[in-house]
Amino acid sequence: MTTRRMVVLGGLGAAGALVVGYALWPSTRLARADAMAAKAGERFVSNWIKIGRDDTVTVVIPHCDMGTGIFTSLSQMAAEELDADWNKVRAETAPADSLFANGPLGEGFILGGKDIYPDNIPAFLRGTVANSFRTIAEFMDLQVTGGSSAIRATGVYGIRIAAAAAREMLVAAAAARWNVASETCSTRASRVLHEASGRSFGFGELAADAASHDPSSHPRLKPKEQYTIVGTSVPRFDIPHKVNGATAYGIDVREPGMLFAAIRISPVFGGNLRSVNAAPIAGRRGIHKMIKLDDAVVVVADRFWRARDAVALLNPVFDDGVLGGVTSATIAARRKAALDDALKSDLTVGSGADALKSQKAIEATYQVPYLAHATMEPMNATAVYRNGNLEVWSGTQDGLGARAACAESAGLPIEKVTFHLLPMGGGFGRRLPGFFDFLDYAVKTAMAMPGTPVKLVFTREQDMQHDFYRPNVMSRFRAALGADGMPAVWVNDYTTDDDPNPEAHILYAIPNQAISAALVRTHVPTGPWRSVEASWHGFFIESFIDELAHRAKADPVAYRLKLLADKPRHAATLGLAAREAGWGAPLARGRGRGVAIVESFKSIVCQVADVTVAANGSVKIDRVVSAVDCGMAVNPDGMRAQIEGGILFGLGAAQYGEITIDKGSVAQANFPDYPVARLADCPDIEIHFHDSDAPLGGGGEPGVPPIAPAITNAIFAATGVRIRDLPIIKHVSLIARGATASL
Amino acid sequence: MTIRLNVNGATRAIDVEPDAPLLWVLRDELGLTGTKFGCGVAQCGACTVHINGEAKRSCVIPVGAVADMQIVTIEGLSAHGPTPIQKAWVEHQVPQCGYCQSGMIMAVSALLAKNPSPTDDELKTEITNICRCGTYPRIRAAVRALAAPKALP
Repeated sequence: MTTRRMVVLGGLGAAGALVVGYALWPSTRLARADAMAAKAGERFVSNWIKIGRDDTVTVVIPHCDMGTGIFTSLSQMAAEELDADWNKVRAETAPADSLFANGPLGEGFILGGKDIYPDNIPAFLRGTVANSFRTIAEFMDLQVTGGSSAIRATGVYGIRIAAAAAREMLVAAAAARWNVASETCSTRASRVLHEASGRSFGFGELAADAASHDPSSHPRLKPKEQYTIVGTSVPRFDIPHKVNGATAYGIDVREPGMLFAAIRISPVFGGNLRSVNAAPIAGRRGIHKMIKLDDAVVVVADRFWRARDAVALLNPVFDDGVLGGVTSATIAARRKAALDDALKSDLTVGSGADALKSQKAIEATYQVPYLAHATMEPMNATAVYRNGNLEVWSGTQDGLGARAACAESAGLPIEKVTFHLLPMGGGFGRRLPGFFDFLDYAVKTAMAMPGTPVKLVFTREQDMQHDFYRPNVMSRFRAALGADGMPAVWVNDYTTDDDPNPEAHILYAIPNQAISAALVRTHVPTGPWRSVEASWHGFFIESFIDELAHRAKADPVAYRLKLLADKPRHAATLGLAAREAGWGAPLARGRGRGVAIVESFKSIVCQVADVTVAANGSVKIDRVVSAVDCGMAVNPDGMRAQIEGGILFGLGAAQYGEITIDKGSVAQANFPDYPVARLADCPDIEIHFHDSDAPLGGGGEPGVPPIAPAITNAIFAATGVRIRDLPIIKHVSLIARGATASL
Repeated sequence: MTIRLNVNGATRAIDVEPDAPLLWVLRDELGLTGTKFGCGVAQCGACTVHINGEAKRSCVIPVGAVADMQIVTIEGLSAHGPTPIQKAWVEHQVPQCGYCQSGMIMAVSALLAKNPSPTDDELKTEITNICRCGTYPRIRAAVRALAAPKALP
């Protein structure tokens, strides 16, 4: 079984040290790639890099487009190493085929927590190591977009190296034609130059020759100082098609003869369909078929709304066993009990919890709720089973994994399955492998209607009530301060429904620490939600450290800085955010300022939030100043957009987000009862980069974790009310009392 | 039953139930998939189109109620190339996943037609469409730029 931790590449961070050469394709593989994905006049010259006769460089991206801009930034990394003319660079989606598995990600995945340095691999094995890992990645059918890994894994360990090797192969091809040494040639703007003789060739003229040269597995990479494309905010490729309705998402697929399907899944997770009678929809216009699945009923019609209206008229009976009695309260009671009886130690530093014995502990218990992803495009897939072959179209965060999942659902060998990976209207973790329920339903529907393409679309209600939720987590702290007011003991016990979370390990230098996890599994399906474990531990840790700072009567920024004395990047990022936010400058009554810093996916993000608390307890977030150290941003404006997006994703969840369980099922159904951030909630946002020489960090997720604690710390500063249980909106009357008292 | 629908300047007769939602008629009958389905209850605005110049959420409008009215979708808005709003959206690199942006642009264009220089408060009240990627800061920046008085040549 795939755990969430495996899916989100928890071990990938360690691959930051992976510096072995990446195994590049020999010419036989290039020919296979040409057959599969090259158009007339194009040749693959290296993994993922095609060159056309007109010098156009096309980067074949082994990822999906879910809006983070990676097609553009990965192409920037390729163009930089190739010395390509940026105006002649394009990107396209790689076919969902093992040939295009994203190997570098697989290496990180397989390596888990192990670091590989060239020094600890015998020289003769180096190529083999990289090679064998890539084989494993293919075997595992990985083509994942998740874990904020596209740039820092596929880009750094894959595409950049493939492009550098391709450049060397182009140079070698030109040098051979001129009968000169490669060292006397240079590259500029998609041409190879021999300056001594004034001769040059365009990349397009050399591509076929270049492809016959052996790639170096250790090509020379450009030093950062010579970058002219990486580090610039070139406009994204995809945006012009996203302002005129032209981008076709999974939901927009249209095949000849296609029918539409709507579904009703057992409201109680794990419930099975016992019976359903088609009589209520008999004779309705356009209805083709009612299909019974294990835990759902599907209606297929000639138009989506007819299928949707018909499925709503059915009275399916589901068997939910004992699960129908589960509520949020029963789940909370189990979590509370687990913190007392099911703890397993994960980390001990110094004397651990024993150090508490002689001291009076400061205690606090925190909680976060289940959250839905609520991607704007509801889950959907289109499938047709024809002449023994299955063809599927959908937006997912793993094209290859999706293809494998469809084959499994259909009971077909993978060779009989074609999967078309389409752009998606938001992913946020919902469309990762392991969470392909929507593909399974669509494939089973198509298998029941051979020859007919069927598009299955979840209504918003089905999407919200059949998600894989951000887990509901409880976290209990006990701490003691030394004579200097600094924390001397940090004890943290938390619940988890997966492996222990490294995100619970703190940045701060505290001499005695004991961190333990208690496993609690419920029938509510959970999964990765943008920033995953960091989304809850960031809130817990950054809130409780704030409590300790206030207990010590210390400034929250100065207190953290003291605890980060051995972490210069973190201290610098915190200092930058504090300075830009005007930390320490007085605020008007009713306003408060809070800070939080979280490292996730190898990027350090610090946020300072300014809030205004009204007398009625409502909280408005006025301004967020964020400092980011992601090494360097490949596309600074794109990175800024990701941090902005992360702030709003986290802000909406902190203010309003809560999925509750009643009668074994989700109580919320649509945006009226699951509010998310809107324009009216949007603060002024400022983003500042702290550039460092650290390896590139992730972009999609690290903007999320600090915002909730920055806001609740600001609420505390304004009112003296400490929010230990999200969302904030649940505590309006408490905040109102605090606001009135502090006036 | 046949309903006459005027979409993007062309009138078509469509054999459809009068209570069919306009959104799905646009998408499934007419193939105009630029207008998106997000919630089905007029909460998210992904399905926003213009009806007689007003921004309306098409997922809850029965098609029979808009027969012979002037309906404009994102495809119609873009028929003669990008409008100044769409250019501003590119200039400010607004979209991320892009799914909500058709509706967002339709909502903003109807607002700017009535009120070319909305204040931030007016924008907050008038533009209630949901974007899960969090493109709001850029939407606000793009609208501010569009609303700024243009320098005289």
